[in-house]
Amino acid sequence: MNLTSNIQSYSINFHDNVTIISANQINIFYSGKLVVENFNLQVPKNKITALIGPSGCGKSSVIRSFNRMNDIIPGFSLEGEIIYKGKNIYSSREDPVRIRRQIGMVFQKPNPFPKSIYENVAFGARINKYQGDLDELVESSLIQAALWDEVKDKLKESAYALSGGQQQRLCIARAIAVSPDILLMDEPASALDPVATLKIEELMQELKEKYTIIVVTHNMQQASRVSDFTAFMSLDREKIEDRIGVLVEFDETTKLFTNPKLKETEDYITGRFG
Amino acid sequence: MLKNLSKSSFISFYNPQRVRNFRERIIAIILFGCGVFSILVTIGIIVSLFSEAIGFFLRPEVNLITFLTGTNWRPLASQVSPENFGVRPLIRGTLMIAVISGSIALPLGLGSAIFLSEYASDRLRSVLKPLLELLAGIPTVVYGYFALSFVTPILKRVLEDQLGIRVSFFNAFSAAFVVGIMIIPIIASISEDAMRAVPRSLREGAYALGATKFEVSTKVVVPAALSGIISAFIIGISRAIGETMAVTIAAGATPRMTLNPLDGIQTMTAFIVQVSFGDAPAGSINGQSIFAVGATLFTMTFVMNIISASILKRFREVYE
Repeated sequence: MNLTSNIQSYSINFHDNVTIISANQINIFYSGKLVVENFNLQVPKNKITALIGPSGCGKSSVIRSFNRMNDIIPGFSLEGEIIYKGKNIYSSREDPVRIRRQIGMVFQKPNPFPKSIYENVAFGARINKYQGDLDELVESSLIQAALWDEVKDKLKESAYALSGGQQQRLCIARAIAVSPDILLMDEPASALDPVATLKIEELMQELKEKYTIIVVTHNMQQASRVSDFTAFMSLDREKIEDRIGVLVEFDETTKLFTNPKLKETEDYITGRFG
Repeated sequence: MLKNLSKSSFISFYNPQRVRNFRERIIAIILFGCGVFSILVTIGIIVSLFSEAIGFFLRPEVNLITFLTGTNWRPLASQVSPENFGVRPLIRGTLMIAVISGSIALPLGLGSAIFLSEYASDRLRSVLKPLLELLAGIPTVVYGYFALSFVTPILKRVLEDQLGIRVSFFNAFSAAFVVGIMIIPIIASISEDAMRAVPRSLREGAYALGATKFEVSTKVVVPAALSGIISAFIIGISRAIGETMAVTIAAGATPRMTLNPLDGIQTMTAFIVQVSFGDAPAGSINGQSIFAVGATLFTMTFVMNIISASILKRFREVYE
């Protein structure tokens, strides 16, 4: 099975959509060990793109490459290019700090700062020397994150006084307060209960009006519920001992879940593998 | 019958369960004793310190008010009168050493902690941290002579020869400078531990918002580690206040109400050393005066600890 040719055949489906960011033949290494090989993805603007696949197939490594979050991990290196606004973000001329201001991230475990709710949302604006009205920004970000009504009377209280689901929405508010283009979400609901998960999923639907979302999830139901496009990653079957992650199939979510082109995808989404 | 009995008692004595319980109890008692021992010694020190100090204040030649407010400390003067027992010059000397050494050690210590925790690679840190901690192992008497034979001559050459500012051979600045160097490793090491304990997820959260490494360090890591950093500062400053050898050697033995760090001064600890080395008999006014000074020093550090604990409670950022 030649994976590369498969992937190229999928990219033709998206002529209606504008690509906002694309990964071109990227290889990801940690301390010289290859963990993701020849990954290609064209992410459509203002859509939700889900990355699914079994544990350890490199979903997080890929999503963290889109805003150079991996740079802070010692031993990380990347080959290939990720094109955003016509430029390769891994070119030596690009500043990872500027890229992260445009491509925000929400993490698996809610990680609010040990500061007040207000200061959490204002943090990005403060370090970016935001000129406008900070109170307004905090309010509008919290409204967008569907958290305002729950916290408007306790903005000065510690973020740790909130529940896990509220903390995660606070982290989303914090991320959108710097008005990014793209929001990367690395299993944003995996540490939350079903009710909080549902809230995050509803929120994602609202957020895609303004932002492009890439979401990593373990949960296939979640991917089929929330995403417009789905990329299925798995370990390379020909070199299974090396545990190298590859992209198997990328398609519109409805197509991928109802009519997958490859047997491997079908096995995974029907629960026969993974 | 007898044989049987002895056998059964033998077995019961070696009943593994009972032996284990017995051993556990012995261990618990020994560990309890370890804890109690240090508490008892501390109580003993406080009792002996304050009972002698109270004895000093009950003497007709001195009184508590002039002791705390007086600006002359001449305990060895031929005329024994309350005016000659004002402790403020010694307090000022101690505070001067603490303030100067603190303003050297706090920024340098915090800076090296930030470097070690946030900037240095694992390999560099594994070399640098032990080297830094080596500074803490140098005997304080070495620091004292370093101040006297190296720092003071440089001060004299630069300030006195070039700028015409008079520098005493024994001066507070040289002593405070080496005390500052001495407490850098304590402050750096404890602060670094506190900063390394801050979870990586907080750093990632800040990086993801477009924070630079410096912003992550100063706006997220340092505030989150503040309680540990303040503890490091308190331990460092307490060490500076209690430091004896270096200041006895380099700062002089002249109690003086001065704010000029280039003058000779005397700290509370240096005075205690001076009298202890002399032949002041126990129970004499001089013998008792060192307990009064010691009690003052103890009260100062104690109050400082209480104040800093309450500051800590108010400002620290608690993370899970």
